[in-house]
Amino acid sequence: MAKTNGAAKNGRIEVHKTYKVFIGGKFPRTESGRYYSPQPAGQSLGNICLCSRKDVRNSVVAARAAQSSWAARTAYNRGQILYRIAEMMEGRSEQFVAELQTQGMTAAAAKKEVVQSIDRMIYYAGWCDKYQQIFSAVNPVASSHFNFSVLEPTGVVFVVANEESPLLGLASLIAPIIAGGNSCVVLASESKPLSAITLSEVLATSDVPGGVVNILTGLKSELHEHFSSHMDVNAIAFDCNDQKMLVAVREFAVENVKRVKHYSQDWTDDESQNPYLIQDFCEIKTTWHPIEQISASGSGY
Amino acid sequence: MNESTATWELEPAPESTAHVQLEKSYGNFINGKFVESAGGSKFSSTNPANDKVIAEITESTEADVDKAVKAARAAYDKTWSKMEAKKRGKYIYRIARLLQERAREFSVIETMDGGKPIRESRDVDIPLAAGHFFYYAGWADKLSYAFPNRNPKSLGVAGQVIPWNFPLLMAAWKIAPALATGNTVVLKPAETTSLTALKLAEVIQQAELPPGVVNIVTGHGEVGAAIVNHKNIDKVAFTGSTNVGKIIQKAISGTKKRCTLELGGKAANIIFEDATIDQAVEGIINGIYFNQGHVCCAGSRLFVQESVHDEVIRKLKHRMKSLIVGDPLDKNTDIGAINSKEQLKTINKYIEIGKQEGADFYQPECSVPSKGNWCPPTLFTNVAQSNRIAQEEIFGPVLAVQTFRTVSEVIKKANNTPYGLSAGVWTDKGSKIFNMTSQMRAGVIWANTYNKFDPASPFGGYKESGFGREGGLHGLAAYLDV
Repeated sequence: MAKTNGAAKNGRIEVHKTYKVFIGGKFPRTESGRYYSPQPAGQSLGNICLCSRKDVRNSVVAARAAQSSWAARTAYNRGQILYRIAEMMEGRSEQFVAELQTQGMTAAAAKKEVVQSIDRMIYYAGWCDKYQQIFSAVNPVASSHFNFSVLEPTGVVFVVANEESPLLGLASLIAPIIAGGNSCVVLASESKPLSAITLSEVLATSDVPGGVVNILTGLKSELHEHFSSHMDVNAIAFDCNDQKMLVAVREFAVENVKRVKHYSQDWTDDESQNPYLIQDFCEIKTTWHPIEQISASGSGY
Repeated sequence: MNESTATWELEPAPESTAHVQLEKSYGNFINGKFVESAGGSKFSSTNPANDKVIAEITESTEADVDKAVKAARAAYDKTWSKMEAKKRGKYIYRIARLLQERAREFSVIETMDGGKPIRESRDVDIPLAAGHFFYYAGWADKLSYAFPNRNPKSLGVAGQVIPWNFPLLMAAWKIAPALATGNTVVLKPAETTSLTALKLAEVIQQAELPPGVVNIVTGHGEVGAAIVNHKNIDKVAFTGSTNVGKIIQKAISGTKKRCTLELGGKAANIIFEDATIDQAVEGIINGIYFNQGHVCCAGSRLFVQESVHDEVIRKLKHRMKSLIVGDPLDKNTDIGAINSKEQLKTINKYIEIGKQEGADFYQPECSVPSKGNWCPPTLFTNVAQSNRIAQEEIFGPVLAVQTFRTVSEVIKKANNTPYGLSAGVWTDKGSKIFNMTSQMRAGVIWANTYNKFDPASPFGGYKESGFGREGGLHGLAAYLDV
């Protein structure tokens, strides 16, 4: 439950929010029944779900179930849904700013973080129906075949979100990952989880199909082995500079040849947003088909 | 339809080996010269079709690998990375041209050393290898056009380890893009098929590449491991089994080394009732028996729609009877020698497993030479999804047949594998092709064709078939910091 803001105002007893996680479009508590109480600014944020291996597994099941139908949406539709996320974020911007401050950010920094996060979502909303044209190709093979390469989503991506930039870091990775047709499971900033929890409420009201984005709270040290060795996770976006953990994640990832991408860029720099991040979680598929050579066989139109 | 029962008796038509020039013994190719190993031993490269020794090659040591990496590093720092891109391109063009000029010699050596039919090395391996160098030569001074809004940079020294199924072609797939993007190379060919790589070293000398830009060290797996684990390698490129790929991925997990992996496959080749059956049968044959089935993208799982199963199997068996197994140097040979005794053992093990699992076994009667490694084309029908011959990569001329009724059923079955390298679909209905090709989780999809390759066409897998692409514009990214 959220922390108490001192005495009741005007005699009214405030209603505090129970912090939950976001799995398959629903808001359960962690199945483990455990909690932790981060204190990023010296004061406890309240009881945050301390997710377990089982929560990771439930989330991956939800993400897998949602992925193919999300990828099958038209690019235009995905773009509109990302745009809708930005609209919903805008409406909640005061709450986002307040929570970032509660988690230790200055008012100015918090405002900038929220504005950039919203703009980042819009940026990738626009890419949904464009990146394919940038990265795909018709290949001029030296035989009578039509041959083309397109991008397809890698599948289920596990995201370890940025610790210090709890909203912008999140938006900077979720947006390109789902723009490309993947679904994802996100482990929120461990010390500053409130922004991710609120973002899940945004996602739930933005026409994002349940399961496309799943958000967990908890400890990287406890969960990294479980998500990086999970056989139904296809890729990992690791935005954390713990080198020892990165190596461990890469080693566990070998089990099913996961694609592990490590990020350490400054997300406040607008150079950090680009369609190559979408490509990071796409596979290239090349298709061949023969072209009938009527004239070559002596007949003709 | 009645298939003719008449068979053609063909006269032997062996390709001459007269103008092939091979040394009795080869050292490594380091810093522009052939050098003997310091402390390494020699082993024989044999012809798998007659067990005769062709040449002695070097079992390299860690010291040899270190020497090669040093040469590659020096060449990278001093010449290759500083050279005008246009000049780099011209050197690579020279390699392409020299390979074309010496195509016959390379084809014959490839067939002698690896056992593949001369028709394939002559018409597929060698022309494609030359084509690959020609294609990437042209990219050298155009890289900024390949990555919009980026300024791509070379990585440094690439350590490359390649398999024995397409020896020269795999060397070309690795070396050409690495050089075009400004990297230098240490390459290890497979231990059973090193000769065309060593001959390529001659071509590289003839092309007057600066010393150290390409280095070739021979030997077994330990030599590959020494390359992968060398601290001065910036990039690892590997083609081979998924097991070894995983070992490599793990070995470099604590380093900044970049990596691309082209690993195993167990491709579904899917025949719908509305396919042109005769063409599909040719596609099945080409899909699994091309290069003795030593193909990572081989169509080793055949899915036939139930309504045409009997017809397809009847025609397939008929076609299998006409396949000529034998002397790889004979221009009429369809299926050559199995690359090594070890591989033959693996294939025979799987054939036994298939029988024990209860699948129906078929091999056409055919006579094979008394010496050498041979495996007739093999067919298993009544295979279950859970059978090992339907799940594991055999890397030989063994086809496992399953049936299906509906589109959604075959999509589920085809994708139910940890691999995702390639797939084939046969139907005359266009909308079904697009449905199928977009639902298959694989990097290369052949629709109404199979086993086609081209320098301009990206190749590589999904899932446990690896990551990264070789060929085409997309193949450049593997060797660049974008």
